[in-house]
Amino acid sequence: MATDLVPEVAQPAAGSPRPASTQRRKRRTPNFWRYRWLYLLLLPGLAYFVVFKYLPMYGLTIAFKDYVPFLGYSGSEWVGLKHFQELFTGPDFGRLLFNTLLLALLTILFVFPAPIVVALLLNELRVNVLKRSVQSLVYIPHFLSWTIVASLTYLLFSVDFGVIANWIHGLVGGQKTDYVAQADWFRPLIVLQLLWKQTGWGTIIYLAALAGVDSQLYEAARVDGAGRWRQFWHITLPAIRPTIVVMAILTSGHLMDSGFEQIWLMTTSLNRDVADVFDTFVYYIGITQGSFSYATAVGLFKGVVGVVLIFGSNFLAKRLGQRGLF
Amino acid sequence: MKQRVRYYDSVGSRAFDVLNVVFLTGLAVVTVLPLLYVLAGSFATESEISSRPFFLWPHKFVTDTYHYIFSTDTFVRALLTTVGVTAVGTVIQLLLTLTMAYPLAKKFLPGRALVLNLVIFTLVFSGGMIPTYLVVRDLGLLDSYWALVLPLAINPFYLIVVKSFFQELPEALEEAARIDGCNELNVFLRIVLPLSKPIIATFSLFYAVGIWNDYMSPLLYIDDSKKWTLQMIVRQLTAANADSANVLQQLETVTFPEQGLKFAVVVVATLPILFFYPFLQKHFAKGVLIGSVKE
Repeated sequence: MATDLVPEVAQPAAGSPRPASTQRRKRRTPNFWRYRWLYLLLLPGLAYFVVFKYLPMYGLTIAFKDYVPFLGYSGSEWVGLKHFQELFTGPDFGRLLFNTLLLALLTILFVFPAPIVVALLLNELRVNVLKRSVQSLVYIPHFLSWTIVASLTYLLFSVDFGVIANWIHGLVGGQKTDYVAQADWFRPLIVLQLLWKQTGWGTIIYLAALAGVDSQLYEAARVDGAGRWRQFWHITLPAIRPTIVVMAILTSGHLMDSGFEQIWLMTTSLNRDVADVFDTFVYYIGITQGSFSYATAVGLFKGVVGVVLIFGSNFLAKRLGQRGLF
Repeated sequence: MKQRVRYYDSVGSRAFDVLNVVFLTGLAVVTVLPLLYVLAGSFATESEISSRPFFLWPHKFVTDTYHYIFSTDTFVRALLTTVGVTAVGTVIQLLLTLTMAYPLAKKFLPGRALVLNLVIFTLVFSGGMIPTYLVVRDLGLLDSYWALVLPLAINPFYLIVVKSFFQELPEALEEAARIDGCNELNVFLRIVLPLSKPIIATFSLFYAVGIWNDYMSPLLYIDDSKKWTLQMIVRQLTAANADSANVLQQLETVTFPEQGLKFAVVVVATLPILFFYPFLQKHFAKGVLIGSVKE
């Protein structure tokens, strides 16, 4: 009703001079003035993106310069690929790449499948109250900070009074192990933390996909004599395959992101050899040692690899006949 | 229904159900046990923590640790700082996100696609830690509380979710208001915002949790230990080989419960989140499907 009225009201008598002029103005430029309030609303957010997202991208130019704070971005001298050469030929690169990729590999092997398995098990749970209670409890760690997670790890695994450390010692005997400080235990602890913190939360997206499955499919399968396992194999699993693919693309886009806070908080003087990854290395070099240009070059290298990975895995997913992200 | 029950009655299926219930219950218990232990430990005496291997209820219930941490300036100041920064920060983040999402939801707005692409691009690529640090430094925000809020003012994921929410609001309501002479600003304030209460609740909690938990920003931007947030204090206290007493700068003559102290600090830093958790849980499914990928 209301929309019907608009053209009538807006239609002035034929022959009056006004409509022609407004029409002509409209054709020449979009009517920005008409949307002034919308642009006003847009402005603060846009300013945020320009200042805190796009200015830093301009700041990436210092990766190709010898940045001296006193001279500023434009005054500092261009040095081409010097910092990248330093990175690729330097002693740290191999170790950083190995540590970063090994952590990524462990994440893909252990952390990525965990929510899928738990979601599928939750989906088979037929007592709804239990399902909801389990969900509520396993989501909790997601909301705790990495600082808390690291603190809990210290409290539970420390040599002198850590409950889990003592428990393992009681079972195995022998010498006491300092899990938190020892380099050998760094990676298992990182994986354990990720599992504890993210598994429950990760199930949400798969459970949503599972909830969308048409129950008629299951009924039809039962009529055809399919058992529980076959229903799972032929209906449930295919139903979440697109979700798994999307999550896999996103995960591979983040292969080089090791989670700065987590790694940083678990790094000790004893495990730095295995703990150092690109993210924490950027912090040491840039913030602690003040080599802004070199650190920016390391960060840029990491960022570019990330973009390549996300587009690459998206392309691969499409090649394999799945729907990609974009 | 009957058919379903009969079908699931095979022995293997039954056995699987039992194992499944046991496994998932166990998983849930294992997930929350560490938290319950730390909570119990924070109310236990120092000797009980070191002598009993594991407990969920202290023999002797004491609150010494809490008295102690709340008597130190360092801890109280950090707590107040964190509460203040979280409150102000959440309001700013919400304001910026809502005001930006609304125009982006208007398909007829010239220039919308460009801005939207600028936003989406930041999800794939960013300047990274050092260039962002330099921008914050050049703005004179180092050692300022604003550095804990402004660089994270809009989460692009949340922005896109809110935008999609606005797009799904019935256009007829806004249209009616426009015909009644409302300008776009008034449509936004009087029609759209009141309709958006659920999503505002959801994202204020998400943003608040984000600031409360943030460790990287204070680590990067705050040198002055008097401006430290709770997460920094937690880190200083519980890190391996940390000297808890020195961190809280208390007189050496005061006896303090060394381990219980760590437990108590972890509890105080966790409790507000667990308190809001039931509210969070009610809403979050909406935001998750786009927003939760990795933080």
